[in-house]
Amino acid sequence: MPQLGESVTEGTIGKWLVNPGDQVKKYQPIAEVITDKVNAEIPAPQDGTIVSFAVAEGVTVKVGTLIAMMETGAGTGSAAAAQPTAPAAVGGPVRASSGPAAALAPAPSPGKAAAAPAPLAAAGSATLDRAEAGGGARYSPAVMRLAQEHGIYLNRLKGTGLGGRITRKDVEAYIASGAAAEPAPQAETALQAAAAQAPGSAQTASPAPAASPVPQPMAADQVIPVDAVRRRIAEKMLQSKHEAPHAWTMMPVDVTGLVKLKEQLGEEFKRREGISLSYVPFFIKAVVEALKEQPIINSQWAGDKIIIKKEINISIAVATETALAVPVIRNADRLSIAGLNHAVADLAGRARAGKLTLDDISGGTFTVNNTGYFGSAMSAPIINHPQAAILSFEAITKTPVVMENDAIAIRSMMNICMSLDHRILDGLVCGRFLQAVKSRLQGYAAGTVQLY
Amino acid sequence: MAVLNFLEAVRETLRAEMRRDKDVWVVGEDVGKKGGVFGATLGLFDEFGDQRVQDSPLTESAIVGVGIGAALYGSKPVCEIQFADFIFPAFNQIISEAAKMRYRSDGDWTVPMVIRAPFGGGVHGGLYHSQSVEQYFTSTAGLKVVVPSTPYDVKGLLAAAIRDPDPVLFFEHKGLYRAIKGEVPEGDYIIPIGKADVKRDGTDITVITYGKAVHFCLEAAEELAKEGHSALVLDLRTLLPLDREAIMTAARKTGKVLIVHEAGKTHGIGAEVAALIAEECLFDLDAPVQRLCGPDIPAMPYAGPMEKFYMLSPEKCLEAMRTLAQF
Repeated sequence: MPQLGESVTEGTIGKWLVNPGDQVKKYQPIAEVITDKVNAEIPAPQDGTIVSFAVAEGVTVKVGTLIAMMETGAGTGSAAAAQPTAPAAVGGPVRASSGPAAALAPAPSPGKAAAAPAPLAAAGSATLDRAEAGGGARYSPAVMRLAQEHGIYLNRLKGTGLGGRITRKDVEAYIASGAAAEPAPQAETALQAAAAQAPGSAQTASPAPAASPVPQPMAADQVIPVDAVRRRIAEKMLQSKHEAPHAWTMMPVDVTGLVKLKEQLGEEFKRREGISLSYVPFFIKAVVEALKEQPIINSQWAGDKIIIKKEINISIAVATETALAVPVIRNADRLSIAGLNHAVADLAGRARAGKLTLDDISGGTFTVNNTGYFGSAMSAPIINHPQAAILSFEAITKTPVVMENDAIAIRSMMNICMSLDHRILDGLVCGRFLQAVKSRLQGYAAGTVQLY
Repeated sequence: MAVLNFLEAVRETLRAEMRRDKDVWVVGEDVGKKGGVFGATLGLFDEFGDQRVQDSPLTESAIVGVGIGAALYGSKPVCEIQFADFIFPAFNQIISEAAKMRYRSDGDWTVPMVIRAPFGGGVHGGLYHSQSVEQYFTSTAGLKVVVPSTPYDVKGLLAAAIRDPDPVLFFEHKGLYRAIKGEVPEGDYIIPIGKADVKRDGTDITVITYGKAVHFCLEAAEELAKEGHSALVLDLRTLLPLDREAIMTAARKTGKVLIVHEAGKTHGIGAEVAALIAEECLFDLDAPVQRLCGPDIPAMPYAGPMEKFYMLSPEKCLEAMRTLAQF
């Protein structure tokens, strides 16, 4: 199962598009895969013949799992005749199907698959020279044992070994740092369960965290099976809440000028562009400009470092009847209000139609959440992992406000609510960021803003 | 305390043992007046006479056969095989007679004999003066196989071998004879057979080796330290019996093991050491056990570049050690 997006960890084989025995060309689609947010086709990694499927239609497997075997040609020229063909795994490195011998050496790359190693070289020298692509998913016995003894969820570690492999020293350092003392959430105990099956290690298994009792439905209750999308949402929310210490802050904004502006321009815009002008592009515009003033907001926590993202890619939360999608407007800082309006309309439309692509949902650096759309006055959003913060724009409400000259006026007021990863961000910088957003929103008025 | 080279340590230990025990005597080709082809017995003929320093015909089966007979008769022969490459005519004597004597006589008879043999390549010796033959013997219970790497170890281990009540094969890497010098205490001491030695302590990788390769690995470890990786170098010193405890301790310490020997890879000592680690240390391993060995070709080539290709070197060791450290 290939990696179909940065946050995608598993996929369901929707439909096999070929049959065992079929000849396939490189890049020919061989299967449809359904992930939590997108559907994609898996291309053949190279020319060859499909030998067998390892995963049936409708079955969900983790990224990196063997899904099919194919036989490939043996290189070029005479070598093709002289060498037996070698099986190559479709959709990623060979994993579960590898025998004990293969487990010691990384899977040969497809190009080398048929070339037998020179006997002399193999006999005379050590052979650790081939890095395993994305080696984080295969753990040495020492790493597995330590993870099990200390209840460590290995996906949390950064590997320093070849190809990012997590080494025994990495785990020992992690234990020494005290980070391992944190309990692993339920969703993360699968590895430990797997490790506990290793022979001779059962006696050292640490007790699993006590699971809270699972509610049982009563006779009249309606039971909705948790589908891949709902489960993915649950996992991501849990992961974000668990990993990022959320802090929350809110600021009221006077958007009277913006409301008037939209009233003035809306009709003309709709006539000219064919779609309604919404508030969201104004919000995004204010956000990207404020992000440029406070670039640390546009960042990610990476264990031992904080990565400030150069690109400003705004994720927008799009609600559907049953789920939530967060498509991304790439380089949102390069778009005009009109351009943003189109981008939002396009992504929201495709999200509701279930037609988002992988690119649409990848690479976001900051999330804008239009909770005012359904009338919320205040919300505490969960950060869109691994971003540093999320900003909700609440409902615009006419409110009596005390003005600077102590007069009371009826103004269009809106709260903006920000959840922030307190590992990265502190109150001061977030306050400055919100002030920057606020001053832009309050500055919107007829004649002060270009739509194009 | 004197600084001796490897060969001098052999000679002085033979001299000391012959002075200590009148039953100790040497036999081999040219060991008498000539003092041996390398000079290991130089001066012994003059000091101990022709009864205790006996030249033999060019017949290795006779050298060992005479040794076995004399040992059964109560003396303590030290047989010299001029080059380990020529030990094979004596193979039957060693395997079928010496190794089995205690067992088949139910302990009534023993063979307190030492067979010394220079082995190893890198000296431009070609096919018949370069072989590493230890692996032919290490699968034979009843023998002890010792391969020292330093003058200090030579003295302690050769003395222990001569005093051992059973047959001991004592292989001396000829490339070390004059290349390696070291402090050798003057007093009497022995190093127990079957004990490995940590020649350098480290935390990142474990290198298990013996013979001349010990020095290659130590040199490589120095370089590796400059790159920030710390290597533990374990010198096996005795190949039969293996020091299982020392091997397991060293393997567990780092979880990354490289085994290095000049002898061929297939069915080599490294295979046995790797198997032991696989059996006993799996859950401490952080990398596949690696081996850096001589290539599986029939013999050490004579041509210079080809000999270089065959032989281990500090550079080859460093490369393998670095690769393992970075894994």
